[in-house]
Amino acid sequence: MSQMNMIQAINSALDVVMEKDPTVIILGEDVGYFGGVFRCTDGLQAKYGEHRVIDAPIAEGGIIGSAIGIGVNGLRPVAEIQFADYIYPGLDQIISELARLRYRSGGEYFSPVTIRAPCGGGIRGGQTHSQSPEALFTHLSGVKTVMPSSPYDAKGLLISAIESNDPVIFFEPKRIYNGPFDGDPNKPATPWSKHPAGEVPDGYYSIPLGEAAVVEEGDELSIITYGTMVHVAQAAVRNAGVKADIIDVRTLVPLDVETLTRSVKKTGRCLIAHEASRFSGYGAELSATIQEECFWHLEAPIERVAGWETPYPHAFEWDYFPGQDRILAGIRSIMEAV
Amino acid sequence: MTSKSRLHIPRPSARPGEAPDFSYLSLSEAGAVSRPATSATASEAEYLAQNLVRVMDDDGIAQGDWIPDLSPEQKVEALRLMLLTREYDNRLQRAQRQGKISFYMQSLGEEAVSIGQGMALEAGDMLFPAYRNQGLFILRNTSLVDLMCQCLSNTRDMCKGRQMPVMYHNRKGNLFSVSGNLATQYPHAVGWAMASAIKGEDHIAASWVGDGSTAEADFHYALTFAAVYQAPVILNVVNNQWAISTFQGFAGGERRPFAARGQGLGIPGIRVDGNDLLAVYAVTQWAAKRAREGGGPTLIEHVTYRGGAHSTSDDPTRYRPKDEWQAFPLGDPVERLKKHLVNEGHWSDEQHEALKEQLKETVMAAWKEAISYGTMTEGPMLDVSIMFDDVYEEVPQQLKDQCEELIALKGTLS
Ligand SMILES: Cc1ncc(C[n+]2csc(CCOP(=O)(O)OP(=O)(O)O)c2C)c(N)n1
Ligand SMILES: [Mg+2]
Repeated sequence: MSQMNMIQAINSALDVVMEKDPTVIILGEDVGYFGGVFRCTDGLQAKYGEHRVIDAPIAEGGIIGSAIGIGVNGLRPVAEIQFADYIYPGLDQIISELARLRYRSGGEYFSPVTIRAPCGGGIRGGQTHSQSPEALFTHLSGVKTVMPSSPYDAKGLLISAIESNDPVIFFEPKRIYNGPFDGDPNKPATPWSKHPAGEVPDGYYSIPLGEAAVVEEGDELSIITYGTMVHVAQAAVRNAGVKADIIDVRTLVPLDVETLTRSVKKTGRCLIAHEASRFSGYGAELSATIQEECFWHLEAPIERVAGWETPYPHAFEWDYFPGQDRILAGIRSIMEAV
Repeated sequence: MTSKSRLHIPRPSARPGEAPDFSYLSLSEAGAVSRPATSATASEAEYLAQNLVRVMDDDGIAQGDWIPDLSPEQKVEALRLMLLTREYDNRLQRAQRQGKISFYMQSLGEEAVSIGQGMALEAGDMLFPAYRNQGLFILRNTSLVDLMCQCLSNTRDMCKGRQMPVMYHNRKGNLFSVSGNLATQYPHAVGWAMASAIKGEDHIAASWVGDGSTAEADFHYALTFAAVYQAPVILNVVNNQWAISTFQGFAGGERRPFAARGQGLGIPGIRVDGNDLLAVYAVTQWAAKRAREGGGPTLIEHVTYRGGAHSTSDDPTRYRPKDEWQAFPLGDPVERLKKHLVNEGHWSDEQHEALKEQLKETVMAAWKEAISYGTMTEGPMLDVSIMFDDVYEEVPQQLKDQCEELIALKGTLS
């Protein structure tokens, strides 16, 4: 066991899998000699060589397209997209190729690509370093979509993602790379060493894809969320003094419907929170699923707390980011409903 | 797997702790490359992509047939604009360090590209800059206060608080909105130029990308469209040797110059000394004339060096020698033009120092005014409802509702 922040946990996951499986290779912008702009691949090129940790030209479509070919030829590529906001030049390769290859070839071809991309806001990055585009990928049929909320989960889930023969888009909420964030930018940052999920085994372990985690238990309300918002929700619940189940979805596709519905059937009240814009956001899918599965158990309308329907603004970051006060308002409205 | 691989992995000539080595750069003597007629065919102009157009020699003396027709006053003005750009960068770099702005990107060492090219183009020509072209904004009379307010995201911010620092635009000055997504502006410039030709106008377009950004598909789309329709556009690659931590070899610059990228499409390419303001001006004038005559696009590679860090988030000592810029054979564009002007008797060290002092004061005065409209941490602050404007031409009901919800929530908190 070691204390790790999320960057170190991701680095450790990559290291452990590369050690175990010589077919795993990494490619991306600045990932090699430099070790990545967030340092997630630090030291890996020195350890595994320039043929396994490859600096790529600045072409996301090229990175993803060639990763598909590398995967088809028997290697197991992990592609880093420097920011989720820059994944779009690669969308055609993801949508038309990566997601559909197995299906269209009658199950004969596949490419086990993992695409890692830092996502989310809270770092004063403006619209090109803050986006949460996860919903786009959950709509595809054919790629799995993951977003961890702690170092422990990040390592275990990333190992599963890389080992999965299905393609996985692995989003890393960069605001919590160095420590959990409760939504209050004025408080001093807390490091992961103060959080139990900052304790990470040094060696191999995995967390299966498709399993949500109940990070907090309570019987008055269910909060379904993922990524940075898990920590914001935890702080909000503490401040509201309500007893809530907080469920970290972790794997957006395939969704662990069972864990979600078990909780909502128990509490009868459900709040869904994510950073991404509300309209056609992933919360819409969660909300529809809860409504379909738990309608007769619901005591109040499902609440969604999400980003406003604007591009991510630079100056208004903390008015845009769905912080504790937005969650508290949502909780209040659910608890007051009769 | 076998332990040997035949994959070629590009390696820069020097890493931290090693001696800088620019032997890979092929250089031509000042004045050695001849200037073809603007009506030359792509094949006749092909040599321009393989050589390096230079005007000023090591002593600052102008040589050869690319010497531009610039008066001493115009050259002093070019020097002033480069110095102003550098002083502006200085001020904002420091502002970031002091926490007044969130982020900044300098153009240190590359000032001649924006200033030389901007001067060679006409006011009606439309420019599609990248994020390191602040010189174009300064040259086209965007006030320093306006530029600073953008970086401050304050109450006078032209982007209304919505964009990171350096993502300027200047609609009156025909400068397009800078994007954070690399190379996207390249096809826009080509499309703008196509529209100019469709409308029968004389205005041309110009755009800029870095060496690293040439790998993006948008770069290649732009070249293809420009070639197919012979669009009146100047496409520039600012080869400053680095793209964050990767050197230009990772964009395919090891075996052929970037200037040669268009040759398969019949686009003439010119490789120019990007730190030689006179050469930059001259080749731009050539390409602009050619485009206005119906000769179609030109691709210009500016050989220069990124003198500073990639951005305020970057530490280049991790991946390149500390003293690499000092060893760069094409020097510093400011020093080179200064030397030329001193040599010609139009400038002196005293004038140079006095100008620098004066520009420092100009920039400082602009900064004091800019921060009076607010900073990231101190008011006045933008009205939050502005966040919901301009998503669409008219604010839809849904966004009006969200705006009200936010204002009500903020009301309960204060
Ligand atoms: C589509 C996209 N991918 C990645 C990035 C991240 N990024 C920003 S600048 C940069 C390097 C660009 O280098 P170059 O084109 O040489 O321009 P320079 O910074 O040297 O001026 C990268 C990778 C981005 N902004 N957009
Ligand atoms: Mg560059």
